[in-house]
Amino acid sequence: MSRYMGTSVKRVEDPRFLQGRAKYVANLSLPGMAYIAVKRSPLAHATIRGIDTSQAEALDGVIGVFTGQNLLDGGASFACGALPCGFTPPDIVTPAHNPVAVDKVRHVGDAVAVVVAESPYIAEDALDLIDVDLDPLPAVVDARGAMDDGAPLVHDEAPNNLSYHWPLGDEEATNQALADADHVIELEFINQRLIANAMEPRACVAEWDEATESMTVWTTTQNPHTIRLLLGAFTLGIPEQKIRVIAPDVGGGFGSKIFHYPEEVITPWVARAIKRPAKWVATRSESYVTDAQGRDHVTRAKIGVTNDGMITGLHVTTWANNGAYLSTFAPLIPTALYITLLSGVYKIPHIFGQTYGTLTNTVPVDAYRGAGRPEASYLLETMVDLAARKLDMDPVELRRKNLIPSDEFPYQTPVALVYDSGNYQALFDRAEDLSGYEALRNEQESARSEGRLVGIGFASCIEASGPAPSAVAVGLGAAIGLFESGTIRVHPTGKVTVLTGSHSHGQGHETTFAQIVADEFGIDIEDVDIVHGDTDRIPYGVGTYGSRSAAIGGSALVKSAEKIREKLKKIAAHQLEASVDDMVYDQDEGTISVAGSPEAVKTFAELAFALTTADNLPEGMEPGLEETTFYDPANFTFPASAHVAKVEIDAKTGEVDLQSYAAVDDVGNVINPMIVEGQILGGIAQGVGQALWEHGIYDEDGQLLSGSMLSYAIPRADGFPSIAVDRIETPSPHNPLGVKGAGEMGTIAATAAVSSAVLDALAPLGITHMNMPLTPEKIQRAIAAAGNGGGE
Amino acid sequence: MDVSMTVNGKEVSADVEPRTLLTDFVRNNLGLTGTNIGCDTSQCGSCTVHMDGMAVKSCTVLAVQADGSDITTIEGLASNGQLHPMQQAFWDAHGLQCGFCTPGMIMASVKIADGNPGITDEDVRHGLEGNFCRCTGYENIIKAVKMGAAAMGGQS
Repeated sequence: MSRYMGTSVKRVEDPRFLQGRAKYVANLSLPGMAYIAVKRSPLAHATIRGIDTSQAEALDGVIGVFTGQNLLDGGASFACGALPCGFTPPDIVTPAHNPVAVDKVRHVGDAVAVVVAESPYIAEDALDLIDVDLDPLPAVVDARGAMDDGAPLVHDEAPNNLSYHWPLGDEEATNQALADADHVIELEFINQRLIANAMEPRACVAEWDEATESMTVWTTTQNPHTIRLLLGAFTLGIPEQKIRVIAPDVGGGFGSKIFHYPEEVITPWVARAIKRPAKWVATRSESYVTDAQGRDHVTRAKIGVTNDGMITGLHVTTWANNGAYLSTFAPLIPTALYITLLSGVYKIPHIFGQTYGTLTNTVPVDAYRGAGRPEASYLLETMVDLAARKLDMDPVELRRKNLIPSDEFPYQTPVALVYDSGNYQALFDRAEDLSGYEALRNEQESARSEGRLVGIGFASCIEASGPAPSAVAVGLGAAIGLFESGTIRVHPTGKVTVLTGSHSHGQGHETTFAQIVADEFGIDIEDVDIVHGDTDRIPYGVGTYGSRSAAIGGSALVKSAEKIREKLKKIAAHQLEASVDDMVYDQDEGTISVAGSPEAVKTFAELAFALTTADNLPEGMEPGLEETTFYDPANFTFPASAHVAKVEIDAKTGEVDLQSYAAVDDVGNVINPMIVEGQILGGIAQGVGQALWEHGIYDEDGQLLSGSMLSYAIPRADGFPSIAVDRIETPSPHNPLGVKGAGEMGTIAATAAVSSAVLDALAPLGITHMNMPLTPEKIQRAIAAAGNGGGE
Repeated sequence: MDVSMTVNGKEVSADVEPRTLLTDFVRNNLGLTGTNIGCDTSQCGSCTVHMDGMAVKSCTVLAVQADGSDITTIEGLASNGQLHPMQQAFWDAHGLQCGFCTPGMIMASVKIADGNPGITDEDVRHGLEGNFCRCTGYENIIKAVKMGAAAMGGQS
């Protein structure tokens, strides 16, 4: 039927990227532009005693130097407001986050002053001439240690550094289920801090128009309308309708570019103050200490199983590190996107989970690819592996025993969510087949008999993607609804412009959304242009995160297309002198004809033009051909995965060789297989990165020790084998495309699969658990300790 | 200081501060913003250009060091409106997502593939150790470089 849906159309956006013509924010140059550099705290916690900017101001080429107090002193219409938190569950403490610190600094990298100069080099020079007098205070960095009595207080208004406590589930019933189990396995572990490292550092350019008192802000964001809303309502003191936010080409986000950042306030404030365009571009060193980071949990978990391998209950307590200030969606991640996912693909009768969200003297933590869901999957899969080991059962066999049967959808979990659709048995069959699971186990057996450390990891995971029904999201504490807008504008010549509130920063929407619209009308994909990332062109947008664009942004376009087809049918019926009910829209040909009279036909382009001349329309019909839909989904979508990893560990060096990896995912219907596979592959690399290499490490004084690409181990090309990817498709019944999220599944499953493989390899040595990343040094020490009679 | 060089076949000269990086020179002085800056420690390779036939990270070269040299940036790779075979291969194999690492990745790949039409997976993975991509997981980049190398047939 359709000509483009389900096919690997090559990306229409690629030529500009391939030829160096992309429009990233850092590439923008405006006449008279000034350059901003930000002076940042070298200490994690300190009182600001004074800031002497006089030498910097005296430097030739410096236009101005501003402190946090200057930004607050502008008066009602010209002062910067604090950055708000957009997810506030009951009783949360939300300390103020000023764009530039005023009395105290609370993490290394906290902004203390702003230099504006004629060139970026001069601005950097001036930073060295600012004298900031800091009185050091003791720091706290640990997610759980932050709650200890006597721990340094990050904000006076948050006793014990506790921002929120979020429980979900029936604790009493869960405790009873654990008491009734034949075995209870308990584990305390760390899900380490990660740093997103989108390849494009954040940047912002702003231009103030004095005549119209309006501001244009170009910024590296995944959701320009949300940034405009926050600038207008909270941080900039300029009415929302006077602000235009443009997110042009954005070089990757992975969550880190969702949030409203201080520099998005500072840059337009400066542009207005000096009445010249202003530009700020992060150095990578700044990215490490200012981009919101990910994960960082301390967790205590208990799982109960019967002798025959049935899971009876799961009890989870997590301390989640939120860093020094609550980033835009920080409290959402370790709560509603984490505890609710603890059932995974399994029938677990009783689950209780709770999170203590703490504040520390570290960079703020918020969503990073997967955002809560990889933490849940890693927890659950680790516990299931331990249960299998306890029962001396194959981990896949134990998993299969507990899978939600395919005839039990929609499935209500004990932790709030209702899964839409799935066939986990088929997923397992395909994964065992693709990976050659049985052969891998045989290979492992012979390797073990030779004393080699070979491990096989299996991870089966769920994701709640496509957030969310707005009523549910707002009910949980979200400050905005999570629908999406999609406008289709048909031009007189039958060419089409699509305005979407989703934002593409690598996902390929300019191709996939064009595939959707071309098929809806039966027109050529070359006739469809996708516009995104500009608040002046697109009616409204919620943005791209949580693997939501196809399911919600794409569905909004389907609905708009349906409205347009209905209008076209009416005008065709009028001109062909037939009944609207007899009109047939042929989506292969892009024509409307009278049923049974194929010679009575109008083309899409003819009808589009007819609505422009408007001289022969049905009575009462408005001319013009443009429709907008605000699509609010009925539920999340629930993609699922089964991934298999094989590793071999060098017992002498502790080095992990990832030898094979097979991934089978169910992301529902697929619009473009090439792009979906690309998303899965990229996600896997980030998941492997967490399992083996990546770690945002703070010392006890709050210094980030892995604060550059020299010391933070970003996955490289030589770290991977060739990865096998396949899929099954169980369509989601909750959206007209039948799609589920594809952007995060790889990351969610890969961390668990690879960690599982490494621990499986080390099992013969009696090692039961190691915290990630599973680096050679750590493994080598664990092997040495095991040789001396004990695991880690 | 005065510097002169050939960039994408065109003679250019300018008076620059001695500390000006080659990457800033091509981006700011020449307006060739296809060369991206992804880090400040010479790890990521986003800024890779060709200098006298070698792939170099232009953030580690001063503009004055490039005085008299022959520079090619991503903007100079296609010729007569035709994509270079390596650009075409990245497109065909879906070797890019956000596109930010892509110019540097392609410039490095052209040199890896030069004289090596049958390049192996291992050679590509080793050869691209100094170019980071956070989107693709490298799988399709490896495919692209092998396809591009074959299409180049040993010629750059």
